[in-house]
Amino acid sequence: MRSLLRLFPYVRPYRRYALIALLLLLGMVAADLLIPRLTQRIIDQGIAQNDVQVIFTTALVMLGAALLSALLALGNNYLSVRVAQSFAHDVRSALIRKAQSFSFANLDELKTGHLITRSTSDVQMTQTLVMMFLRILTRAPIWAIGSSILLVMTSPRLALIMAAFIPLIALFIGWFARKIRPMFLWVQQRLDRLNTVLQENLAGVRVVKAFVREPHEISRFEDANEALMRQSIRVMRIVAVLFPSMTLILNLGVVGILWYGGAATLAGDLTVGKIVASINYLSFALFPLMMLAGMLAPIAAADASASRILEVLDAEPRVKQRPGARTLRNPQGRIAFENVSFAYGADGGQPVLCGVSFAVDAGETMAIVGATGSGKSSLIHLIPRFYDATEGRITFDGVDVRDLEINSLRTAIGVALQEAVLFSGTIRENIAYGRPQASMEEILEAAKAAQAADFIESFPDRYETQVGQRGVTLSGGQRQRIAIARALLVRPKVLILDDSTSAVDIETEVKLQDALDRLIAQSTHTTTRFIVAQRISTVLLADNILVLDKGRVAALGPHQELIHTSLIYQEIYRSQLGALPPDVNAAKEAGHLV
Amino acid sequence: MSSDRRADSAPPARPRGMMRPGGGHAIRFEKAKDVRGTARRLLGYLRPHRRALTVVFSLSTFATSVALVGPYLMGLAIDKLVARDPISSFLSIVGWMLASYVVAWGAGVGQGMIVATVAQRAMRGMRSQLFSHLQRLSLAFHDGRTSGELMSRLTNDMDAISRVLSQNITELFTGMLTLIGILVVMFLLSPWLALASMIFLPLMMGMVALVGKRTRGAFRKYQTQLGVLNGTLEETYSGQRVVMAFGQEDRVLSRFDAANATVRQVGIQAMSYALLVMPMMGVLSNANVAVVAGLGGWLTLRGVVSIGLIATFITYSRRFAQPLRQLGDLYNQVQAALAGAERIFNILDTDPDLADSANALDLEKIHGDVRFENVDFGYVAEVPVLRQVNLHAKAGQSIALVGPTGAGKTTIVNLLTRFYDIDAGSLCVDGVDIRSVRKDSLRRQLGIVLQQPFLFAESVRDNIRYGRLNATDEEVVEASRLANADEFIRRLPNGYDSQLSERGSNLSEGQRQLLSIARAVLADPRILILDEATSSVDTRTEVEIQQALLQLMKGRTSFVIAHRLSTIRNADTIVVIENGRIIEQGDHASLLSSEGAYARLYQSQFRGQQAAPDGASLETQRTRGDS
Repeated sequence: MRSLLRLFPYVRPYRRYALIALLLLLGMVAADLLIPRLTQRIIDQGIAQNDVQVIFTTALVMLGAALLSALLALGNNYLSVRVAQSFAHDVRSALIRKAQSFSFANLDELKTGHLITRSTSDVQMTQTLVMMFLRILTRAPIWAIGSSILLVMTSPRLALIMAAFIPLIALFIGWFARKIRPMFLWVQQRLDRLNTVLQENLAGVRVVKAFVREPHEISRFEDANEALMRQSIRVMRIVAVLFPSMTLILNLGVVGILWYGGAATLAGDLTVGKIVASINYLSFALFPLMMLAGMLAPIAAADASASRILEVLDAEPRVKQRPGARTLRNPQGRIAFENVSFAYGADGGQPVLCGVSFAVDAGETMAIVGATGSGKSSLIHLIPRFYDATEGRITFDGVDVRDLEINSLRTAIGVALQEAVLFSGTIRENIAYGRPQASMEEILEAAKAAQAADFIESFPDRYETQVGQRGVTLSGGQRQRIAIARALLVRPKVLILDDSTSAVDIETEVKLQDALDRLIAQSTHTTTRFIVAQRISTVLLADNILVLDKGRVAALGPHQELIHTSLIYQEIYRSQLGALPPDVNAAKEAGHLV
Repeated sequence: MSSDRRADSAPPARPRGMMRPGGGHAIRFEKAKDVRGTARRLLGYLRPHRRALTVVFSLSTFATSVALVGPYLMGLAIDKLVARDPISSFLSIVGWMLASYVVAWGAGVGQGMIVATVAQRAMRGMRSQLFSHLQRLSLAFHDGRTSGELMSRLTNDMDAISRVLSQNITELFTGMLTLIGILVVMFLLSPWLALASMIFLPLMMGMVALVGKRTRGAFRKYQTQLGVLNGTLEETYSGQRVVMAFGQEDRVLSRFDAANATVRQVGIQAMSYALLVMPMMGVLSNANVAVVAGLGGWLTLRGVVSIGLIATFITYSRRFAQPLRQLGDLYNQVQAALAGAERIFNILDTDPDLADSANALDLEKIHGDVRFENVDFGYVAEVPVLRQVNLHAKAGQSIALVGPTGAGKTTIVNLLTRFYDIDAGSLCVDGVDIRSVRKDSLRRQLGIVLQQPFLFAESVRDNIRYGRLNATDEEVVEASRLANADEFIRRLPNGYDSQLSERGSNLSEGQRQLLSIARAVLADPRILILDEATSSVDTRTEVEIQQALLQLMKGRTSFVIAHRLSTIRNADTIVVIENGRIIEQGDHASLLSSEGAYARLYQSQFRGQQAAPDGASLETQRTRGDS
C-alpha cells in the first residue's frame, strides 16, 4: 500500500473531481439504503394499517430513490473514469519525461523492456485501482457502516446477530487471504517457468531443430506444464470454496434473523416489516465486506506496479547539466582526454577506463581498437556525455564537456551507434532524424556516402519506403548504413562511428570509408572522426590508432608505427589477416637474430 | 437475499492460461470468423471429461434450483409470522431454509472443484498439443514472425481460452438457469406480480443493447489509440539512446503528448460507456422492488397475495438483475476467447511443410560427401535466392563460403540441414538425396555452431549435453576440454553445475561460443556447419576459439560461413557467392592468381597497403597462441 500512496500526488490535481465523485457515491448509498426502509413502511404502515395511500406514495418515493441513485451513479462513473484516465495520462507523461533526463547509465540499469512495461501495463494496473477506489472500494465501507447504523435503528436486537457474524467473516477473509496469496505466487512461478521454456524454444528454434531435440523440448515443457496444472488446480479449488461460502455466510445471517426475529415477532416485540428490512440491511452490510476479500489480489498487484513505477520516477539522472553551463559556439572539434577513468555503476565498481589521456586535433581521424570489453565504446560514449567520467576530464575545444550546455554539445557531435535503431516512418525521415529541415539533395548525398543509396533506390518507393513495424524489413547492414547517413546529415564537427559497420560486408565497408574520406575532404568545414572498429582493415588509414587493453592505452600512433612497435596491435592484426606484413616479419626475424 | 451486488466486485485474480503475468483486465472486442465451428472444436477439448462435466451440470442445476427455493421458504416463514401461527411450524420452515442453503453450498463447492480440475486438465492438454505442434513446424513458419510476437499471441489467446473454460462456461450456464428458474417460479407464484416486475425489463434490455453497441465502438477506438500510444512508447524507449544522441527530446515528447492526450479523451469516453450498464441494472433492480412493494401491497390489501410473497419477490427480482448484468460481459469474453481459439487452431492446422515422405528411410552412418547439383531455391515463390548452385565437398574437406551479406551463404547451409527444401536440382549426402531420408536421421549427423550461440537457462552441463542427451559426465568434460571450455567452466562458482541465466547472459561472448563448440563436439557430427562470429573477443579467447574450431573440424566435412581471412585461406575450397550464384570456386592460391572477385575482396582488406603474402598458416598461428 505504501507505494500506491506515494503515487497520490498524481491524483491531487483532480482531487476536486474525486471529491465530488465520492460525494455522489455517498448520495448513492443513501438512496440505496432508503429502499429497505421504504419497504418496511409499505408493510407496517400500508398493509398492516390497510392504507392504500401510503402504499402508493411510498412506492413512488422508492422509484424516485432508484432513479436518483442511478443518476448519481452515472455522475460517479464519469468522474471516476475521468480521474483515473487523467491519473494514468499524467503518470505516463511523468515517466517518459523522466526518461528524457536519463543518461545511458540509467538506461543500462532500467532496461528498455522494463521501461515499456512500466509505462503500459503497470500504469494500467494502478489506473484500474484508482477507478475501483472511487467506485467500489470506498462504497463498500460506506455501505457497510450505513446499513449497520440503519440496522441498529431498525432493531438493536437483530443488529446483535450481525455483530456475531462480523468476527466470523473476518476470520474467513483472513484465512482466505493467508492461504491464497502464497499460492498465487507459486502459480506465478510455475507460469514463469513454463514461459521461459516456451520463450527459449521459440527463440532457439534453430538449435532445437539442428540437434533434433524436439522430444527433449517436449518433455521439458511437459514437466512445466504438469507442475503448472497441479498448482492451478489447488488454487482454483480454494477459489471454488470461496464464493459459495460467502453466499452461505450471507444466507446464514438471513436465517439467523428470521429465527431470532421470528420468535420476537410472535411475542409481539417486532413488526414483520422490520424483519424484512433487517434482512435487506444485513445483506447490504455484509456483502461489501466480503467483496473486499476478492479485491485483495488486485490491490496487491497494483501496489507492486506502483513500486515499479516509482523505481523509475525515483531514479536520479546520472548526467546533469550544471547551472550556468555555457553554450558551445562555433565548435572546432578538438577533443582531449586528460587522465580519464571511468566505471559503470554509481559507487565505483570495476573501472572500465583507467587514466586515459590523448588529444585529437580538429579534422583528424582517430581509430580505436581493442578486444571486446577493453573499453572502446565506453571511451567514445564519454565525449557526448552519455556517461560522465569518474575521474579526470574531457575537453571539447579546450572546455570541460561538463561545463557545456548538453544540447549544444550533442548537436555538434554525430553518432552512429553499434546497434542501429531506426524509427518507424520513411527512410527519408529516418535519415533526416537529426535535422528534419535538411533538403532532399543533402539526404541523397548522405545516403550515397553511407553506401545506402543503391539499396534504397532498389525499393519501389525509394526514399519514401516505410521502415519499422509496418514497413520493409532491413538487414542489419542496411540499418547500419542508414544510421551512418543519419549521423552524417547533421554535419557534425565530431563524427563518432561506434563499430557501426559490423554487419556490413568488407567490400562495402571499404567503399564507405573511401566515400567518407572524400565527403569530408570536399566539405567546407573540418570533421574530427572517431572510429571504433573490429576489423583491422577499417582503421589502417586513420591518422592515429589508439589500442586499448583492459581500459588502458596500450599504444597510440599511426598504423606504420604500431605494426612495428605494439605487440598487441600485431596480435590483433595477425589474428584477423592471418599473417603480419612481410616487412614487419622480416624486422622481427632480424630482431631475433640479433 | 444474497449477492445482488456481486457483479460490482472484481473477480479474484485467477491463475491464467498460458502465461502473462498480472495484466489489467483489458476488455477486448473481437469475433472469430467461424464462431460455430471454433466453439464446437473448443468444446471438443472437454469431451474426454464428459462424465465429470455431466456431474458439474447436474450439480449446478441442483444448486441453482435449491438456491431458488430459499427465498420462497422465506416468504412462507414470514406469512406464518403474519398469521401468528405456532412457533414450531415457523421454525421448521426456517430449518428447511437453512438446510436448502447448506445443500446449495455443498453442490456449489463440489461443482467448482470439479470444474477447476477439468478446466486445468483441458488447458494442459491444449498447451501440450500446441507446443508439440510448434516443434513440428518448419523454420519457414518461425521465420515469418518474431519469437516475441508469437509468444505474446500465444499467451494472450491461451489466457482468454482458459478463462472461458474455467469460468465463463459455468457462469453462463448458471446465469441462464437462474434467469429461467426465477421467471418460472415468479409466474407460478403470482402471474400479476411477475408481469409487473417485468415492466422495466424490455426497456432496460433495449438500453443495454444500445449502450453495448456504443461501448464496443468506443472500445475499439480506445484500443486502437492505446495501440498507437504503446507503439510510440515502445519506439521512444528502445530508441532512447538515439533520441539523446541527436538531441530530439522535444520532438519525441510532443509526439507522445498528442498520443497520450488522445488516449485520455477516448478512454474516458469508452470507459464511461462501458460503466453505464451498471447503474442501469441498478435502476432495474431497485425500481422492481418499488413496483413489487407498491403493487404487491395493494394486491395484499385485496387479499390476492401475502406479505411473505412480497418479500420473496423482492429477493427474486434482485437476483434477477445479476445474471442479466453478467451476460453482456460474458458474451464479449466468450467472443474474444473464440477469436483467440481460432488463431490457436490456425497454428495447429498449419501443416509441418517439410514432413518426411511416408517411405523415408533412416540415413545410414555417413562419410560426409556433400553434393549440390543445379540447385535453385527461394524462400518465397518467384523470388529466387539461389540459382544453379553446384558444389561438391568430399568427405573431410572444409568449404569456406564467402560473399557479401545477403548473397545466399546462410541459405546454402539452411538447405543442407533441410530447414528448407530445394526448389530444383538435387542435394545429396553420400550420394543419397536428402529428401528421401528422414530429417531427424540427417540432422543427427550434422553439427551446427551459430554466430550467436544460443544457450538455455539451465546448468552448464545440461547445455553441453544438449548435443547428445545420453552422454556421460566424463564425456561432457572431455568435450569441454577439446573445446577449450573446461578451464573456464571449472573456474565458475559451481563448475559444471553453474546455472546460466536467460540466453547465457551471465557468460561472456567468448565463453558462450566455447560452450556451443563443446556442445557440437559432444554431438560428434560427420558434417559441421560453422557460422563464424564477426565480433572479436579478446585475443587470448580468440585464439582459444580458433583452436577449438580447428579441433572440431578435424576429420569432418565442414561448411564455414567465413569472416576471418585466416579461416578462409586455410579452407580446402573457397566458394565465392554473389546474388545467389557461385561466381568463383577454388583454393586460396588459385583464386588469388585468377584475379577475380576473391582477389579484389582480399586486397580490400589491406586498404592503402600492399597485401600480406601467403604466409603463416593457421598451424603456426596455433603454436604461437600456445606459447
